Amino acid sequence: MNVFEIIRGPWPWYVAGPIIGLTVPALLLLGNKSFGISSTLRHMCAAVIPANISFFKYNWRKEAWNLFFVAGIALGGFIATFFLGNPHEIVIAPETQNALARLGISDFSGLMPQEVFSVSHIFSAKGVIFLVFGGFLVGFGTRYAGGCTSGHSIMGLSNLQWPSLVATISFMVGGLVSTHFLLPVLLDWVR
Amino acid sequence: MDLANIQNKPQLAGEEEIFDGANHQRQSEGVVANLKYLIVGVLFGVVFVKAEIVSWFRIQEMFRFDSFHMYGVIGSAVLVGLISIQLIRRFKIQTFQKEDVVISPKTFDKGQIFGGILFGVGWAITGACPGPLFAQIGSGFLAVVVTLLSAIGGTWTYGLLRSRLPH
Repeated sequence: MNVFEIIRGPWPWYVAGPIIGLTVPALLLLGNKSFGISSTLRHMCAAVIPANISFFKYNWRKEAWNLFFVAGIALGGFIATFFLGNPHEIVIAPETQNALARLGISDFSGLMPQEVFSVSHIFSAKGVIFLVFGGFLVGFGTRYAGGCTSGHSIMGLSNLQWPSLVATISFMVGGLVSTHFLLPVLLDWVR
Repeated sequence: MDLANIQNKPQLAGEEEIFDGANHQRQSEGVVANLKYLIVGVLFGVVFVKAEIVSWFRIQEMFRFDSFHMYGVIGSAVLVGLISIQLIRRFKIQTFQKEDVVISPKTFDKGQIFGGILFGVGWAITGACPGPLFAQIGSGFLAVVVTLLSAIGGTWTYGLLRSRLPH
């Protein structure tokens, strides 16, 4: 197996995790920036639709670095998918695969289930629930919590901040309730 | 613990907001200087996709406790971040602009519980936190543009209702 084949295959957690962790010192030393992504959503509100809401009246240009950062994430996603893409189906735990199959998810060819996240479903019940409703909760919840997985779970925990531990536990509680009680209902609904 | 190098700045009510992802650099930066964050973002986005962290399936696996993958990613990321911050403090390492490293403390309010649970529900539905949303779009899942726009709408709605929500 040559190096390119190894790069194209899925990367193990012990490669990805430490690289993500190194983002913390990289951003601190490159320009005194704390790692955190959800605030970009706030900067976009502040830049485009502040609507005289005090929460959006601040100097978002000072935080513009974060917008460059997420633009880079999108570009990185493009490069990884179209130039370094895994030629094989995603391999996930058989227990998860079976549980999802029972809920009507059977296409495991990509990173996301096409049954739900294909463009043709945007204007259907699937789009309203999985894209609009789900996305709203992500944007509302992260801002209410003052951060997301990056700002709290990685940056906050790395800096031993106990409120970030509270937030991380809350993320897990919400996710567990959603996965085990809400998703089966929602997937059955749109089937 | 030696905190001499890292100033924990208290939140100044109304005067200076504390962001996650805050910029504490005193020198201002133009577009060219900001390109270095774009490059860090590219590396980050590649890792996100290659380790399948942006995958809806991987998030399901995590919430069903069927795989160690996501726990390994987040756990080892925190460990490396934690050691890095300790080293920066211990050796008083400065930024490339010769400034002291500043990290704002997180202040607790009930939003971390209420908002955290709401985000968790959305995380399991969309299979994405805010970072992976951008990587999913870059990966060609164009339907996720709708998710992103709705997330921006959710953030805006929070700003609108903020004074009326329990904190």
